[in-house]
Amino acid sequence: MGFPILSLMIFTPVVGMAVVMMLNKDNFKLIRWVSTGFSIIPLILSLILAAGYDSSTSAMQFVEKASWIPSLSIQYFLGVDGLSVPMLFLTTLLSTISLIVSFNITNRVKEYFAFFLLLEAGMLGVFASLDFFLFYVFWEVMLVPMYFLIGIWGGPRKEYAAIKFFLYTLFGSIFMLVGILILYLSTTPHTLDMMELITKGSAFSHSIQIMVWVFFFVAFAIKVPIFPFHTWLPDAHVEAPTAVSIILAGVLLKMGTYGFLRISYPMLPYGTNYFAYPFAILGLIGIIYGALVSMAQKDLKKLVAYSSVSHMGYCVLGMAVFFIDQKSGQPHITGLAGCYFQMFSHGLITGAMFLLVGVLYDRAHTREIAAFGGLGSKLPVYTAFMSAFAMASLGLPGMSGFVAEFMVFIGSFPKYPVITGLAVIGVVLSAAYILRMVQRMFLGEFNTKWSGLTEINTREIIAVTPLLLLTVALGVYPKPLITMISATLQNIVTQVMR
Amino acid sequence: MREFSWIIPLLPLLSFLVILLFTRENRKLSSAISIGAIAIGFIYAISLLIRQLGDNSEFEMRFAWAVFPTMSLEVGILIDSLTTMMLVVVVTVSMLVQIYSLGYMHGDPRFSRYFAYLSLFTFSMLGLVLANNFFLVFIFWELVGLTSYLLIGFWFEKKSASDAGKKAFITTRIGDMGFIVGILLLSIYAGTLNYREVFAQAAGGVIPTAALSLAGIFIFCGAVGKSAQFPLHVWLPDAMEGPTPVSALIHAATMVAAGVYLVARSMAIYANAPTAGMVVAVIGIITSLLAASIALVQNDIKRILAYSTVSQLGYMIMALGLGSFTAGTLHLMTHAFFKALLFLCAGSVIHAVHTQDIQFMGGLRGKMKITFWAMFIAALSIAGIPPLSGFWSKDEIVTATMGHPVFMVLTLLVAFMTAFYMFRLIFLTFFGTTRDQQAYDHAHESPRSMTLPLQILMVLSICAGWVAIPWLKEGYSMFVYFHEPEAAHPHYLIMLVSSIVALSGIGLAYLMYYKRSISADALAAKFKPLYTTLYNKWYFDEIYDRVIIKPVLALTSGLWTFDNGVIDWVVNFFGKFTIWVSGVKQWFDVHIVDGAVNGLGYTVWSFGALIRQVQTGRVQLYGFFIVFGIVLMLLIKVV
Repeated sequence: MGFPILSLMIFTPVVGMAVVMMLNKDNFKLIRWVSTGFSIIPLILSLILAAGYDSSTSAMQFVEKASWIPSLSIQYFLGVDGLSVPMLFLTTLLSTISLIVSFNITNRVKEYFAFFLLLEAGMLGVFASLDFFLFYVFWEVMLVPMYFLIGIWGGPRKEYAAIKFFLYTLFGSIFMLVGILILYLSTTPHTLDMMELITKGSAFSHSIQIMVWVFFFVAFAIKVPIFPFHTWLPDAHVEAPTAVSIILAGVLLKMGTYGFLRISYPMLPYGTNYFAYPFAILGLIGIIYGALVSMAQKDLKKLVAYSSVSHMGYCVLGMAVFFIDQKSGQPHITGLAGCYFQMFSHGLITGAMFLLVGVLYDRAHTREIAAFGGLGSKLPVYTAFMSAFAMASLGLPGMSGFVAEFMVFIGSFPKYPVITGLAVIGVVLSAAYILRMVQRMFLGEFNTKWSGLTEINTREIIAVTPLLLLTVALGVYPKPLITMISATLQNIVTQVMR
Repeated sequence: MREFSWIIPLLPLLSFLVILLFTRENRKLSSAISIGAIAIGFIYAISLLIRQLGDNSEFEMRFAWAVFPTMSLEVGILIDSLTTMMLVVVVTVSMLVQIYSLGYMHGDPRFSRYFAYLSLFTFSMLGLVLANNFFLVFIFWELVGLTSYLLIGFWFEKKSASDAGKKAFITTRIGDMGFIVGILLLSIYAGTLNYREVFAQAAGGVIPTAALSLAGIFIFCGAVGKSAQFPLHVWLPDAMEGPTPVSALIHAATMVAAGVYLVARSMAIYANAPTAGMVVAVIGIITSLLAASIALVQNDIKRILAYSTVSQLGYMIMALGLGSFTAGTLHLMTHAFFKALLFLCAGSVIHAVHTQDIQFMGGLRGKMKITFWAMFIAALSIAGIPPLSGFWSKDEIVTATMGHPVFMVLTLLVAFMTAFYMFRLIFLTFFGTTRDQQAYDHAHESPRSMTLPLQILMVLSICAGWVAIPWLKEGYSMFVYFHEPEAAHPHYLIMLVSSIVALSGIGLAYLMYYKRSISADALAAKFKPLYTTLYNKWYFDEIYDRVIIKPVLALTSGLWTFDNGVIDWVVNFFGKFTIWVSGVKQWFDVHIVDGAVNGLGYTVWSFGALIRQVQTGRVQLYGFFIVFGIVLMLLIKVV
């Protein structure tokens, strides 16, 4: 075993949390900088990881394996492939950005930053675990700080939102736990090693596959969220503090799609094939329904939250496509690649949108779209950032969102021509709700009520700029990300088509 | 030199970035950078054209952009005669419009930003022209849409401007939806999006005709949106909210012609899928008629020109649908020049009198000599008076309708209406006496930066069409052609008829608006329902509002209520139900479970208490019990 880079990545924030706990609770400045420092280390590590990752193979890399609870054959088993590496980078990047955004928190600062670091550790753990027990532990560890971050530092209905988020997710986790136990008990010798379960996947009986697939579906569909399991999302977002919204949209939702691709797909190939068509339909519903409901929103944050439902619909639609091409004999991964690209891209774009919503909310103390108007002439820089991400969100070419949507369309069309054709309507609907929002908030005559508003400050610009650069970079030159995930996705399609 | 032609779009892109990031504060420098970038592009494009005239071969460069095991997306450039012709048109009009804007936008506080946007537009439009496949063309297609949005809403404080920008973007996106489906269809049936490969397959009959027709029709949807064809034409007249030079460049000469360009580029599809070709032609002529009829009665100088643009684009589309590649592309080129000129002249007039309503103009001929002559020439050109540009290209279009009598009659009808509404505009604006003294007194000729582009475009409006004079041996159709070069043949009868039609249109306008021997008001009163319908643009906006926009908005709020009231209600119901269940369980615990335990305890205790009564501790009583017991046992034994 080489240098334990993954463990280091996961546990640096935990150490950071311990250090922050020992600081003087009134020294805000020190707490902020120490936390940010501790979040930059995993960010650098994730870049090293990406640089050292060999994208020509789908095999697990940077593997760390040790026996943990031998009597139950539980291992401490970490490793990464093309599915994990970009997500780890996204997680570390958004964590650092969120911490910088959180510099304006003044209430119980020490606990806030400590919880945040714990949250980061949990998220990184989920994306790197290859043992079910470990995976489940990290999955649950993440929930706790999230609950407190919403419940303590949230908006007016924070308790309701926090409890709803927590219970809803926990409800899903229980199904996952049962699914895990069924898989554990159906193998001889019993194992929780995900790699081994993937190898044995096709051997599970059809009824077990279907049942467990449904159990996992409940857990992951709530996270994504897939219609009709999405109603926790707007509430959680509206009440959550800005940084938590960034993490929620940028990372937590991705765990749902990640779960499908990491667990359901390779482990339960029969179940996956069985449910492919309904899955595509759910994707279509998500795209259209999310966009239409988004159009009716009066609260800016809710609008962005529902747009997430629509955008994650593209992920679901793209994910429903997998087959072996007759002509070339190659696995068709374009849909899955579109899904993955959308996961990453949505993390950047929606993360930035929530960040910018927070910037405005901090100053205006309202998010009601109708309350604003003509901000373009008062806050040109802020408007420029918001417009750029609005355009990215509606899938403008040159931005990453377009690449993802186009890949989903072109990937899913061969298999689901009608569903894809209908999903294209989403292109018009997203333009409609985004441009309506832009017009009502930034264009038109300036509402003099807001003449006291101040322009976006340097700290906020520093936080949001990396997201803009990445969105444009991936929109113009998507090759690096596609290369990184290709081998892994080919492997997944091959496994599903066993 | 063709391998470096990507420099032409790259320079405006750099100009956009530099202005946006660094030179926003320096107005002079910003405009200089922008015009400099386009000027270099202009020189490059002209040299490309000259080179292409010498060696009319195709040149292609392609690179993989996103590679998947079963397919890949590419980027690249394709240069042929059509590309070079379009490049020259785009850079020429862009450059002239930018120079004109120096004067027109002089006092605008967002002067630098304006030039940045124009640069971004030029970049996108040039990319669109150079692209070598349907995927890349779609990318630039959307980007020109973005710049159009930004520039229509440039004066975004005005609600009408921001409304118009939004309407333009969303309406064209409806067309783009079809465009995407068309691209997807091609990706399946042709297995590639590269122009040359798709067209080779279309021509070779590899793609089933039904699929080809379907793909052709869906791709045409994109053109319907972008080139403002019926039924998506409604955005273009509203787009006149943007600054007038923008209307000239984007909404008359170049971007709106992108749809025509796309159809021309995809000629192999329409030529091999007759159904799709016929759909294109029918939409074209409907649009042309519809828009010309509306233009007859409008009073806003820019809106008249906007409807005229829609109508002329319909002309081009129709010609292409009928299979005449030459007519469609030639008219695209000549129209770009004379329509840009018309708009810039209109801008010059608006600049002078500060109104757009031709009812309040009049007699400006003497005050604005250059503008008047330029606009007069442009109007003659669009009306199709020989030997101006427009005559030759319109002649080609009429020729294209040979063999389709219905199309020919309608085409000539549109030609008549065009001549009429253009000269109605000319007479009302420049002749007679003024109808608004104050505006008239204030009127003056525009500065040199504005009149110079007018003069250059005036020359182009006269001469550009000469490349297609049918007596030329090496004319336009021997250079820009589909499939095979074909020599042009003069059709004297058509020339004669179309000239007569144009002259009679001008003549009617002369009688009504110069001589006033026929009263326009009396005519309007006589045909009141028709007049009102035309004046209200056939009520398209009102119908769309009622049939599409309002229902969609109602649907969105309905779904929002459903989301909140049903789905979330179920979620909350589960939560509340769980709390209720736990409440019941608590009662059960307290009263039944605990009750049972406590009850048992109580029973035992009370029984114990009863029994305790006998445990008195008195020996005599115990002795009595013993004796009593023995006697009882004996009795039982005996009995």
